[in-house]
Amino acid sequence: MPEPILQIENVSKIYGARRTLFGRTAEVQALNNVSISVQKGESFGLVGESGSGKTTLTRSILHLETPTAGRILFEGQDLAHLSSAELRRLRARVQIVFQDPYASLNPRMSVRDIVTEPMLVHNDILNLNRGQRTDRAAELLSLVGLGPQHLSRFPHEFSGGQRQRICIARALASGPELLLLDEPTSALDVSVQAQVLNLLCDLQDRLGLTYFFISHDLAVVRYLCDRVALIYRGELVEEGETDEIFDAPKSDYAKMLIGAMPEVKVRGSAA
Amino acid sequence: MTYPLLDIRNLHLTMTSFDGAAHVLNGIDLTVNRGEIWGLVGESGCGKSLTGLSISRLVSTPPARYIDGEILFEGRDILSLPAKEVQSLRGKRIGMIFQDPTTNLNPSYRIGEQLVDVALAAASHDASILDCPPNASRRERRRAARRLAGDMLDRVGIPNAEARLDNYPHEFSGGMRQRVLIAMALIGRPDLLIADEPTTALDVSVQAQILKLLKGTVADHFIGVILITHNLGVVAETCSHVAVMYAGNIVESGPVAEVIERPAHPYTKALMASIPTKHSKRGSLNGLGGSVPNLISAPPGCRFAPRCSRAVEACTQTLPQPVQVGGTHHAACIRLNETEDLVDA
Repeated sequence: MPEPILQIENVSKIYGARRTLFGRTAEVQALNNVSISVQKGESFGLVGESGSGKTTLTRSILHLETPTAGRILFEGQDLAHLSSAELRRLRARVQIVFQDPYASLNPRMSVRDIVTEPMLVHNDILNLNRGQRTDRAAELLSLVGLGPQHLSRFPHEFSGGQRQRICIARALASGPELLLLDEPTSALDVSVQAQVLNLLCDLQDRLGLTYFFISHDLAVVRYLCDRVALIYRGELVEEGETDEIFDAPKSDYAKMLIGAMPEVKVRGSAA
Repeated sequence: MTYPLLDIRNLHLTMTSFDGAAHVLNGIDLTVNRGEIWGLVGESGCGKSLTGLSISRLVSTPPARYIDGEILFEGRDILSLPAKEVQSLRGKRIGMIFQDPTTNLNPSYRIGEQLVDVALAAASHDASILDCPPNASRRERRRAARRLAGDMLDRVGIPNAEARLDNYPHEFSGGMRQRVLIAMALIGRPDLLIADEPTTALDVSVQAQILKLLKGTVADHFIGVILITHNLGVVAETCSHVAVMYAGNIVESGPVAEVIERPAHPYTKALMASIPTKHSKRGSLNGLGGSVPNLISAPPGCRFAPRCSRAVEACTQTLPQPVQVGGTHHAACIRLNETEDLVDA
């Protein structure tokens, strides 16, 4: 049994009532007693519709949000008990790729600056000088299917798929073990999505990364992930091996969701 | 002589930009009859939305310029009608639903008022919509319009529709707002409905409901629908026909079952190969290399040739014309017969 890299234990998050111009808003229970354990080297898929708490959970893992109850452990360390310096060191090992590659790259930074910035932030761990950082950036770019000739270009010169590759290169810059992928392909066309998914598979094989893949696209999750958890209104509804869940969903919610998934029917069983 | 509901013939559209004119629609031919749901699929920038917008003449000229072709709506060319007559078609005979339900409702008016406005405008064209006597007073007409608005909301599956008329858009969820927009598009009893990515912003479960609603509407009212989407799964489940677009051309069209089961054009095949299915093994997805050509200096021949694995010299010479593959199934590729022998990668 491989050891878990990430353990989410009974996590709940309640956004408190706020006083606004029009009175008080109600409390929102964004997460309710969610427990998930992600093993080293696997692809774990988190599936849920909008408002289900996916983002709150992701933000909690990054410690951008403090859970109301429960613990989040990264390699056995409780995030809540870390000092800010320790937390910063930890963040080098947990990186995220966001949904919209058009919004998550600074238009005024060159690709070199974008990809080397995490190395600069985490330089106490990486210890690279300027030249080495550029070399590493070039290396990362070729890893994601771009090249050193792209270093001095700016984000607007790239297509959506290429931008997402830059985002992935940036996420890999600090040498992470766990990559949070927050709907990394939902802003892309299917042909480009296929390229990015293949890249993710390839990177995982080469670098031994662990993926925490957040999506509402069931087809993509089925393709990429080893295990899946379904979340609905802040509660974990079903969790298990991908094939099991898709072939024999147990909960009504999973059945409904899988039934609603539009599928391109192809004759026979073209593998 | 009866005309088809919509007949687009050889439509060419260019867009002027600083770098020159981009030829964004390069000879579109499409015929839509009542009772048909046409899926218009393709990647971003292939011209599917511009085709939809052209039908209701919502593309501003300039920067756009129609250099050739006609859009015949029941035999009348929309492109040459006076603006006033187009106005009388829009929202009445031709309904539209856009992608983002959050930006298409006015946040400062109640849902009911917005629906009533559309109903009254539509009634000025066809008074029978309101179902009230011709000499009815304004107040009676308003009341009838409100009743109709409530009916429509109810029909698109909004619970407690009557009371919901007094809500503001922000009190509705995304899926419900999209239903309001569908109700709004249907309230004038259009003959043609253009739905531009109506479910892209929605969750799959809501998407399934909306698509079911759309299908039901076609069956009930015998209208024609153009469903613009990039999701082949949505097309497979909803549409009766499909037209696959690439860089301003329709490269393949025909009945859904035929196109999905026996795609003839290399682009359609590549598109389908890039969708993960139940059987695709990890890392085995066939993505399409390269990217969409620059339409300002588009290659002269087949616009897909630079990315096509089966392209030969002749492909880059002339634009291929649609060839019949079977029945009404057409594909625009000069190597259709040859590619059959090749083993698919």
